Amino acid sequence: MSESAAAFPIELTVNGHRRAIEVAVHHTLLDVLRDDLGLTGAKECCLVGECGACTVILDGRTVDSCLVLAAEADGSEITTVEGLADERLAPLQQAFLDKGAVQCGFCIPGQLLSAHALLADNPHPSLPEIQEGLAGNLCRCGCYRQITDAVLATAERAER
Amino acid sequence: MHTFAYARPTLLAEAVALLEAHGPDARLLAGGTDLVIRLRDGTARPGVVIDIKRIAEMRPSIREEAGCLVIGAGTVMTDIAADERVRRSYPALAEAAAVVGSVQIRNRATLAGNVCNASPAADTAPALLVHAARVVAVGPAGTRRIPIDGFFVRSGVTTLARAEIVTAIELPLPDRAMGAVHVRRTRRRGHDLASVTLCCGVDATGVTRIAYGSVGPRPVLAVDESGVLADPTAPGAAKEAIFERLFADASPSPRSMRASPDYRLAMLRVLGARALRIAIDRLAQA
Repeated sequence: MSESAAAFPIELTVNGHRRAIEVAVHHTLLDVLRDDLGLTGAKECCLVGECGACTVILDGRTVDSCLVLAAEADGSEITTVEGLADERLAPLQQAFLDKGAVQCGFCIPGQLLSAHALLADNPHPSLPEIQEGLAGNLCRCGCYRQITDAVLATAERAER
Repeated sequence: MHTFAYARPTLLAEAVALLEAHGPDARLLAGGTDLVIRLRDGTARPGVVIDIKRIAEMRPSIREEAGCLVIGAGTVMTDIAADERVRRSYPALAEAAAVVGSVQIRNRATLAGNVCNASPAADTAPALLVHAARVVAVGPAGTRRIPIDGFFVRSGVTTLARAEIVTAIELPLPDRAMGAVHVRRTRRRGHDLASVTLCCGVDATGVTRIAYGSVGPRPVLAVDESGVLADPTAPGAAKEAIFERLFADASPSPRSMRASPDYRLAMLRVLGARALRIAIDRLAQA
């Protein structure tokens, strides 16, 4: 058992890279990704788990990283939006561009990760399944139609 | 966020000892979807946060044991909503778990946390009341089982004793066929707290159990043993009289921003009648 007031050592695998760092126990995973690891794709916005701008994938499942303490994530595998593309954009990212789903862009990292996790679980979702899968990601530009179109287009191109 | 000591025990006894030592200055952390918000806004300022997710007894699990389906305290809503045994025997609980928050919230939020948070609007509470769940709590004096109807007091307050930790929720395996459903009213589709959340179960002996939340300080269970509600041929006036009795304990707060008391009471009746119809249909199909 460990009990600590401040610096707490954790190990994370972030986008395939192992990272051993010390975190403050009252810092969230979002704080650590952005401020300690310099991964600013996940956005800080509502801080109450309603908007989804801070969405990352933790051990295969999407979470609001503003509601996870960094210490809780010790030992886990994290995927952020920075981990989706290699040299080229992932097909899902390209579909977002092709369908005009990206306007101001602030919500897009979260939308992409929710869509990525949805398609990993369910490669050919129906429209209601996409809407439910992305219901935790708000878009103030109102691009929901274009976003769901992009997810549908990516699903259609995937092998059945 | 103010700082605190972060404890990550691996033994249940250690967690109980920490709670005994720190009393109300300690808070348990499971999914964190309520606690982390409160840590940030300062409405919870514990000196010690005890993360219980590394305790073996808290690992996510849904298992059959001694005539019950036992949902371990670390089990998240996503897994409860997807579990075949829950969907088959307790469909209202699967439906309620499936509408809590969003995917991201359901991937973290635990059933035990939802129960311990004791929000009057907790969507899983009515289903647990209808299915006569028991809360398994471990504390300094050992293990005890608390019927869920004796667990809720008011928002944030339960009948858990000092230093007790919920380790599981037990659902008795059904000894007779029951049709059950969860319904709710929200301001918008998707991610919202319920203005009314309700579960109705009708069993093969004609007993109807209705439980409702977000219309008073705690979720309420009401039972009709007359058989009238379960009888599709019973006159409407007779059913309405029983509904009035079952809903007598609803007392929505006028201070809530989500809906007015009049609206909630009206919707309670609409949802009650709707859920009863669905529960009867499901019983007939069972």
